[in-house]
Amino acid sequence: MTDAVQTPGFSASRLAAWLDSVAVAAAAFMRNPLAVAGLCLVLVLVAMAALAPALAPYDPTAQDLANRLLPPGGVHPFGTDELGRDIASRILFGARITLRIVALVAVVVAPLGLLVGVTAGYFGGWVESVLMRVTDVFLAFPKLILALALVSAIGPSLENAIIAIAATSWPAYARVARAETVALRGADFVAAARLLGASHMRVVALHIAPLCVSSVLVRLTLDMAGIVLTAAGLGFLGLGAQPPLPEWGAMMAAGRAYLTDQWWVAAVPGFAILLASLGFNLVGDGLRDVLDPRESGR
Amino acid sequence: MTGERNSAPLLRVEDLRVKFPGHGGETHAVRGVNFELGREKLGLVGESGSGKSTVARALLRLVPRPGIVSAGRLEFAGNDLMALPESAMRELRGRRIAMILQDPRFSLNPVMTVGRQIAETWLAHFQGLAGEAQKRTLAMLGSVGFRDPDRAAQAYPHELSGGEGQRAMIAMMLIAEPEVLIADEPTSALDVTVRNQVLAVLDDLVKRRGMGLLFISHDLGLVASFCDRIIVMYAGRILETVKASGIASARHPYTRGLLNAEPRIEDARTELAVVPRDPAWLQEPAP
Repeated sequence: MTDAVQTPGFSASRLAAWLDSVAVAAAAFMRNPLAVAGLCLVLVLVAMAALAPALAPYDPTAQDLANRLLPPGGVHPFGTDELGRDIASRILFGARITLRIVALVAVVVAPLGLLVGVTAGYFGGWVESVLMRVTDVFLAFPKLILALALVSAIGPSLENAIIAIAATSWPAYARVARAETVALRGADFVAAARLLGASHMRVVALHIAPLCVSSVLVRLTLDMAGIVLTAAGLGFLGLGAQPPLPEWGAMMAAGRAYLTDQWWVAAVPGFAILLASLGFNLVGDGLRDVLDPRESGR
Repeated sequence: MTGERNSAPLLRVEDLRVKFPGHGGETHAVRGVNFELGREKLGLVGESGSGKSTVARALLRLVPRPGIVSAGRLEFAGNDLMALPESAMRELRGRRIAMILQDPRFSLNPVMTVGRQIAETWLAHFQGLAGEAQKRTLAMLGSVGFRDPDRAAQAYPHELSGGEGQRAMIAMMLIAEPEVLIADEPTSALDVTVRNQVLAVLDDLVKRRGMGLLFISHDLGLVASFCDRIIVMYAGRILETVKASGIASARHPYTRGLLNAEPRIEDARTELAVVPRDPAWLQEPAP
């Protein structure tokens, strides 16, 4: 029987097994109605961003002062804002900005936090003290306040908002990665790798970091909702994307002045922010249940 | 092989000491150990906490922090292990001195296939292509008794049984063809039938390649039947070094105590034997 398995096709069946396990995880994810709802929201958001030029009935920055503050309905499904710009088009293009912020922050924050956390956890001693105390300093401030301070120091713009959000969100990842690493550091297979002549770099890169990735990923998906909110918060305060850009937070801020009479100017981008962060949150919850059974509370 | 024990031993240890500073003063884990290892099977026995594993780790300079190692002499094939820089030490580990750990369930990386881990070791020490590493990995897995090396190489550690895991571990440690192999209780986590299988593989490889084997165990009976010479340790000291064949006539009361503690199937014992301990042994210079 063992001889029958010994064929060159074995690697293919290993791949099949891997695909199987992905399929099992996907099926578990799909059984969770909330997660599916979240996934739909996120997919809608992505579709909006991708197809914005095709879907948008108007240019998001084209002003039409004769038709300012029109109520929803007719040719402007969500009405127009104080400069007569079509809100629906602006929401569609705003999805691009939101997704860009989320993606860039995620790409910067996860590897940075992983690097700091794994280094601190693996080497211990003064390296750990220094790195983790720096992390604690960042954690000691409320995220939004620290991001505000950073943006006002380096100047308000979309890029700087991304930098500020990234700079304030990595400490949580460093914490997660450090905790995992400390648990792994004493593992026998790490000792085995060491006594086989592996250098510290090799042990960290090959044996420790890959095992921390799943916790960091779960943390990241859960954090995406927070990133959406922080970005909108910065935009609302005028420290994120700058005016002609259709950023949702900035749109809400503009609508604030008309809140009592022309509620849709602020409410529509507000709903967009709500649905985007809800979508990311639900997907994050669903992924955590699938990828990290320890924390799912089942 | 046993008859012509090399005049120049592979490993020479003189006055090895390891201490751990702590809050309540220093703990001396190893206090002045002397031994030589040639191309032979040398057993190192003692109860838990007698410093067996610490000796092994000190040889590889992998004593966990904050342990402090000192030695009159720590020589491997003419190299002074105390003076070697860390980079040279790294080349030596795995390549010339390798060590098998106790439990394969913990000593193999759970998220890497066995084959990849073994190939990794080879690639860490030799310049070569991945294809070459793969070929050697399969050959090595074959020589530790896997009938289907392909399957073993593709498996993750949890997909192997305990005995298979330990043999994979041995393959991983031997692929770089070290001169000295340290086996730290390689069979304690295995059941008896699998144990013999693993011992047979070890014995075969040691004989064929002319390696020096330092076999650490708390099982005196096992060591007596498997090794050529036996060192008995107690509280960080060597109490006695005996020939395995002459274990029955060991003189030291501690060795005798360990031998008496061995359960025998023929006599139904009502009272368990007590191993004698004497604080005076700690002062005594090692024989």
